[in-house]
Amino acid sequence: MTALPSVQADRRPAATGSPAAPAIRLEQVEKWYGTRDRPVHALAATDLEVAEGGFVVLLGPSGCGKTTLLRMIGGLIPPTSGRLSVLDRDLWKGDQRQSDAVADLGMVFQEANLFPWLTIEQNVALPLELKGAGRAERLAKARELTKLVGIAGFERRWPRELSGGMRQRAAIARALSYDPGILLMDEPFGALDALTRDAMNLELQSIWMATRKTVVLVTHSITEAVFLADRIVLLSPRPGRIDTVVDVPFARPRGLDVQASAEFQTIAGALRHRLSEIS
Amino acid sequence: MADATLPKREPAAPAARRDFRDWLPWVTTPVLCALFVLVWWGYVALSGISAFILPTPAAVWHAWVDLLFSGRAWANTAVTVYETVVGFFWAMVVGVGLGVLIARIPWLERTVNPFVVATQVVPKVALVPLFIVWFGFGITSKVLIAAILAFFPILTNTVLGVKSIDRGHRDVMVSLNATRWQIFRRLELPSALPYIITGMEVGIVLAIIGAIVGEYLGGNDGLGHLLVSRMNAFETDGLFAVMIHMTILGFLFYFGISALRRVLTPWHETAQRDRS
Repeated sequence: MTALPSVQADRRPAATGSPAAPAIRLEQVEKWYGTRDRPVHALAATDLEVAEGGFVVLLGPSGCGKTTLLRMIGGLIPPTSGRLSVLDRDLWKGDQRQSDAVADLGMVFQEANLFPWLTIEQNVALPLELKGAGRAERLAKARELTKLVGIAGFERRWPRELSGGMRQRAAIARALSYDPGILLMDEPFGALDALTRDAMNLELQSIWMATRKTVVLVTHSITEAVFLADRIVLLSPRPGRIDTVVDVPFARPRGLDVQASAEFQTIAGALRHRLSEIS
Repeated sequence: MADATLPKREPAAPAARRDFRDWLPWVTTPVLCALFVLVWWGYVALSGISAFILPTPAAVWHAWVDLLFSGRAWANTAVTVYETVVGFFWAMVVGVGLGVLIARIPWLERTVNPFVVATQVVPKVALVPLFIVWFGFGITSKVLIAAILAFFPILTNTVLGVKSIDRGHRDVMVSLNATRWQIFRRLELPSALPYIITGMEVGIVLAIIGAIVGEYLGGNDGLGHLLVSRMNAFETDGLFAVMIHMTILGFLFYFGISALRRVLTPWHETAQRDRS
């Protein structure tokens, strides 16, 4: 078994990143859940940097704290201790979210979480509506984004009229609508079938290349991780912590056939081996 | 092409069958009603029962037509409608308002719940004489009874609705930096609306019952009073006519709320009529 081409877990710009400040920086970020009698150590003190424009995948078995980590970066749950900054602005002051830092984050969840009482275009434009944008601007943006994610023509439909894959496309469009610099995705394609998933991976790659966002994506699929990532952060459980960081060298845009290449198989195989050791 | 290799799928519900399902109640309801009237008529004719106990359908029909042309009946109808609407309005205000608060503030739920349940387990009809003593024979006591009866289903459904809000939807609003008001206006209210309307459907019917029972027991106005006066005059056919009148009124109110459902929540499953 080939050893993982491990790189230092932190303090190194990602392969495609610019030399500028990292988009996301974690310093000794730690998370405990539960009561004082029965505390659960969800994430051990963790250092991590995500370079601007980078595509980082958090990979790991269930219970490794990858979703906890992403939800802390997304401003949904406060870290117990440590410092978390987004584009050089602190995201948390104690348990208080700093809304200027959150404004640079767009989240996509495992479920599309579209509001069933809004049409697709209203869902896509919801963030703009909350920020007080006018109707014309919202409509124009919704049209532009539905086209970008490949659901043009469905703007006036209800979410329930769309397939799971199309709903997830709409959720991505919604996260892009206010043009955040960073896209956080929590197993966004986990509920989709394998064929749709492949298509969505290709789609996400082209959206990423077109928009040059920083992406942090959580998955438990090794293939998805190796296909999408510049850099894979492998987490191990109990307590969750960074185990290995792997850079993925394939040129972009990647086609699905890259998955058949020997190098892809080597990386995927090494990750699979390491995952079986730590789970 | 996929079409050439894959077997063609049967459409889930052929249009003709769905049409049939939609039209069925329009046929069965009149037929069953006609059957009921026929049995009623047959029983009266064959048993020779006194018209004071059970009048013929024809007598009831005539009494109802007379009712429709009587100004007094319409004045009484207006009174009952007014009491129902005003009582229902206050039940909505208190039920939805308190429901939203209870669902959002756990300590309030614990504090208020015993009293809310108490208002329900007290036999409310037994309170009617008390209300008449307190608020007189006028419409205030009836409005109050209508409101108290309608309030509970509206409250419980509002609480349920606000509590059933999807966690994922909440995450979306939080990650978008939404304010508390925006979360209420854009998420909690629309999300709870189908539940609230269900509470309203039950509540409006209870409000009519409350108004009528109130009129029954005291006062000189309303359909409940009309009913009692017909009974005291031994006009059994007139009594039936008032009952028909009340039933139609109930239907109209109920359909009004149902129509509201289709207008306000066209996206929700409960507004989809052709789903099996």
